[in-house]
Amino acid sequence: MPQVEEREGLGGVHDRGGWGSGGGGGDSELPGAFPLPTAKLGVWILLGVATVIFSALVSAYLVRMGLPDWKSSPKPGLLWLNTAVLALSSLSFQRALRAARRAEAPTVRAGIRLGGVLGMLFIAGQLRAWGQLQSLGLGVSSNPSSSFFYLITALHGLHLLGGLVAWAVVSRRPTPLRIELCALYWHFLLAVWGVLYGLLLLT
Amino acid sequence: MAHHSPGYHDHYVGPEPRSWWTRYVFCQDHKVIGIQYALTALFVGAVGMVLSWGMRLQLGFPGEFSFIDPSRYYQAVTQHGMIMVIYLLTAFLLGTFGNLLIPLMLGARDMAFPFVNMLSYWVYLLSVLVLLASFFVPGGPTGGGWTLYPPQTILKGTPGSDLGIVLMLVSLILFIIGFTMGGLNYVTTVLQLRTKGMTLMRMPLAVWGIFVATILALLAFPALFVGCVMQLLDRVAGSSFFIPTIVQFGQLQPHEGGSPLLFQHLFWYFGHPEVYIVILPAMGVISEIIAVHARKPIFGYPMMVLSILLIGALSFVVWAHHMYTSGMNPYFGFLFAVSTLIVAIPSAVKVFNWVLTLWRGNIHLTTPMLFAIAFLNTFLIGGLTGLFLGNVVLDFPLQDTYFVVAHFHMVMGVAAIVAIFAGIYHWFPKVTGRMMNETLGKIHFWATFVGTYAIFLPMHYIGLTGVPRRYYDFSNLQFVPESVHSLERFITVVALVVGVAQLLFAYNLVHSIFWGKPSGQNPWHAATLEWVAPTPAPHGNWGPVPPPVVYRWPYDYSVPGEVEDFIPQNRPTLQTQAAGGGGE
Amino acid sequence: MQALAVAFTLVAMIGATIILTVAKVWWFAPLASNWGSLDTLIVITFAVTGLALVGVNLFIAYAVYYHRAGKGHKAVFFVDNPRLEWGLIAATTVGIVVLLGPGLYYYAQLIRPPRDHMVVEVLTQQWLWSYRYPGQDGILGPASTRRFTPANQFGLDLQAPASQDDVPVLGGPLALPVGQPVLLRMRSNDVIHSFYVPEFRVKWDIVPGMVTELWFTPTKTGEFQVICAELCGVGHYSMVGKVVVMEPAAFQKWLSEHPTVAQIFANPKAQR
Repeated sequence: MPQVEEREGLGGVHDRGGWGSGGGGGDSELPGAFPLPTAKLGVWILLGVATVIFSALVSAYLVRMGLPDWKSSPKPGLLWLNTAVLALSSLSFQRALRAARRAEAPTVRAGIRLGGVLGMLFIAGQLRAWGQLQSLGLGVSSNPSSSFFYLITALHGLHLLGGLVAWAVVSRRPTPLRIELCALYWHFLLAVWGVLYGLLLLT
Repeated sequence: MAHHSPGYHDHYVGPEPRSWWTRYVFCQDHKVIGIQYALTALFVGAVGMVLSWGMRLQLGFPGEFSFIDPSRYYQAVTQHGMIMVIYLLTAFLLGTFGNLLIPLMLGARDMAFPFVNMLSYWVYLLSVLVLLASFFVPGGPTGGGWTLYPPQTILKGTPGSDLGIVLMLVSLILFIIGFTMGGLNYVTTVLQLRTKGMTLMRMPLAVWGIFVATILALLAFPALFVGCVMQLLDRVAGSSFFIPTIVQFGQLQPHEGGSPLLFQHLFWYFGHPEVYIVILPAMGVISEIIAVHARKPIFGYPMMVLSILLIGALSFVVWAHHMYTSGMNPYFGFLFAVSTLIVAIPSAVKVFNWVLTLWRGNIHLTTPMLFAIAFLNTFLIGGLTGLFLGNVVLDFPLQDTYFVVAHFHMVMGVAAIVAIFAGIYHWFPKVTGRMMNETLGKIHFWATFVGTYAIFLPMHYIGLTGVPRRYYDFSNLQFVPESVHSLERFITVVALVVGVAQLLFAYNLVHSIFWGKPSGQNPWHAATLEWVAPTPAPHGNWGPVPPPVVYRWPYDYSVPGEVEDFIPQNRPTLQTQAAGGGGE
Repeated sequence: MQALAVAFTLVAMIGATIILTVAKVWWFAPLASNWGSLDTLIVITFAVTGLALVGVNLFIAYAVYYHRAGKGHKAVFFVDNPRLEWGLIAATTVGIVVLLGPGLYYYAQLIRPPRDHMVVEVLTQQWLWSYRYPGQDGILGPASTRRFTPANQFGLDLQAPASQDDVPVLGGPLALPVGQPVLLRMRSNDVIHSFYVPEFRVKWDIVPGMVTELWFTPTKTGEFQVICAELCGVGHYSMVGKVVVMEPAAFQKWLSEHPTVAQIFANPKAQR
């Protein structure tokens, strides 16, 4: 076997040794084999999964919209305000993150607290918007576009609720990494909301 | 919290269990979670098997068992399928093997997020309980077929359409949430917590299979999640995502404008990758077992890794081959037939490479190895019949006949299950420190292998005669020859025998936990890292010493010039020895 | 001993497969449509896949027996052979092309009905097959599930001129003239069903809210059964209907014996 001579002392012919060094890992706040904190990688993967959920939702929406009997339903104007609230919430986490990097503890606490409260306000606003739709006589079962509206806003809202659970943990023991991940998640939900809301408005 | 040893930067581990509760119940140790997954999955698997006996009794002896009425039959069909595919195969191959093998094979002390990992199991258990609860609600569990196609699943006229389907959907949603928590761990752990020297191209194929399958699952389950939520709203809130204007039993239903095909797309966008979610870890497990028990390096390791990646990528562009006859745009048929048959190439590469691994090996026919050979055989048959069904035009005579049933049972029902058995027999000593009984194991193997073959091989030919699947009774079909009914009786009898043979396995499993022969640390003389850890591995896996450092690929078996026929991955190579001890 | 048993079992399994395939004890119901090409393609597929099945299993049987442990030998350290691997990949590719080529060719025919086809509407509901013939004008009048009434289960537009000469046959049978290509336009009132006549080889789902199409040419006179091939509720297994293929003259006579829409709704008693 010619292969045998090749491999002598090499630790296996297939030992390419490439693709990541294998680092020894670490605490979830410390880098592992890849040079980023393990917790951050975890959150990125989570965002990937959430992206697939919302993509599936959007493709279902687009497919349904393509059918000839599609009718648009009105969107409450309150959603603009809610969007602004969510953007401010996101901004507030960003501010907290910047403060955390400069170790300005009071600004950090204020930023986190404000971000979370604004997040709750957004959810309250979304619920209010549902109420407005209901009073217009548009329920979950009224027509396909209103069904989708409830579904899309509910799934987005549930993701934000999940974020608020994480927020509760972070605000008790904020570390720069935790704040960064919280801010990342909020930015992601803001971006998703932007896409979803844009889609709802356009159709 | 963590095992810290001076001078070595160590992994994160969950808290050391202090009480009985945290050691055996609410435990964050990946090994305990793996065992919890295994026991739960095997339990529901047994339920699924009993359900299949109900079906077989009706098919073999129609009308002779009055407790199997049409509703119960369809409920058994549905729940058998769902339980086996999701709650047994997915949970066992990823939940158990993922949890047990990833940290041990990669030299990690635990998963990246042990707490989330524990939650994953508990949410899975909850999903199982919700599923089992549906057997006890009025109307019973759903009987709409495991594919849950609306509108029929949520309409009267289908068993379990009142509460059964609601619990089914809730259970699936829970399962997906639980799985996502686990999957997050598997992927992150593989990417981040590999020990020093464990590059991706030095990972055992079992880890590769689990890793890629997990990525597939993380990308595929969301589509099912969305589909389930939408169907749940259709059922509970009266929306019309999947329900057009319909009249049932003379009554106009309060729905309009939905698209039944939309659900099928969402379902199969998940459903096809699901096949590979199950089979890729099985392939990985089989690769390990074949290399170890043939005492030979796996043939063509880079090609094996590449084919896992290719199969994974291709699995996302073949889903509509489940829908050739569904009424979707027929031009899709061309596209999906081509992509489907292309998957055969990387799959064939895997089969060829396993077979070439056996060639000129030193084959020890231990119980795990026997099951691995059964896997090769049944996976091959299942794959080849897939070429019939994937070639769009042949799907027209064969779709929804017993040919399809036989095909996917060969792949998912036999190949995946024998891979699980192979894995259990192989890693049982790692988990318990004791061997399983070889004699009982071999009887179990022969009964299972020959028995399942006798069940599913003739079933293909029943399909060719045109017998449709999901028929409670087909004695009214004139084109079915009388001999098919005798064959059905034969299959039923064999199925019952195979079922009873599984009791041997259960007995062997339980008996060996307490009274098995002590195994020693590395009974199979395997080269992968899990056997470097103490057997059974303690919390933190490697004891007070630092985790092993890896110097070589996982398949250094029968290396020429070596006294022993295996070299563990953590033995330094000549080069690193010359360079002064390498990474230590 | 054990190695011999494994090798023997594998060979026996191949043998059983070959015997079951060649003996054709359990095989397709006798063909009664133009889709004989599918039977041929199945045989080709059996041959191509059979080659792989026999080859691989014999190789396993050989290796398990001749390279079994206990002979005091060491395994050969053999890790790679790119030429062999690429050769096997090429062989697999050839096999797939051989299958896919005719497969796609026949599929193109299967989804394109010939010009001289006749149209019949299939209407399904739990758990009944019904049909509607377009009548003299050759046009099916508009129909919609929304207009369903117990008297008008097809949901016909009774005012539309095209509907008047349509011939609805509630509950079947489906009568077809032999040798005439037929295009089925299929609708469902409730859940998904699937039209399948094993002797015709083809099947297609019938989905509520849409119209699906399927064509074939019956080539044998006689009685057949149409069976539902998509789980459609608890009565799925009993959803079996009658299909009668007759000489064209007999078919015309059969059709003329059934009342048209105009006749049924002018005199409600005329409907069965």
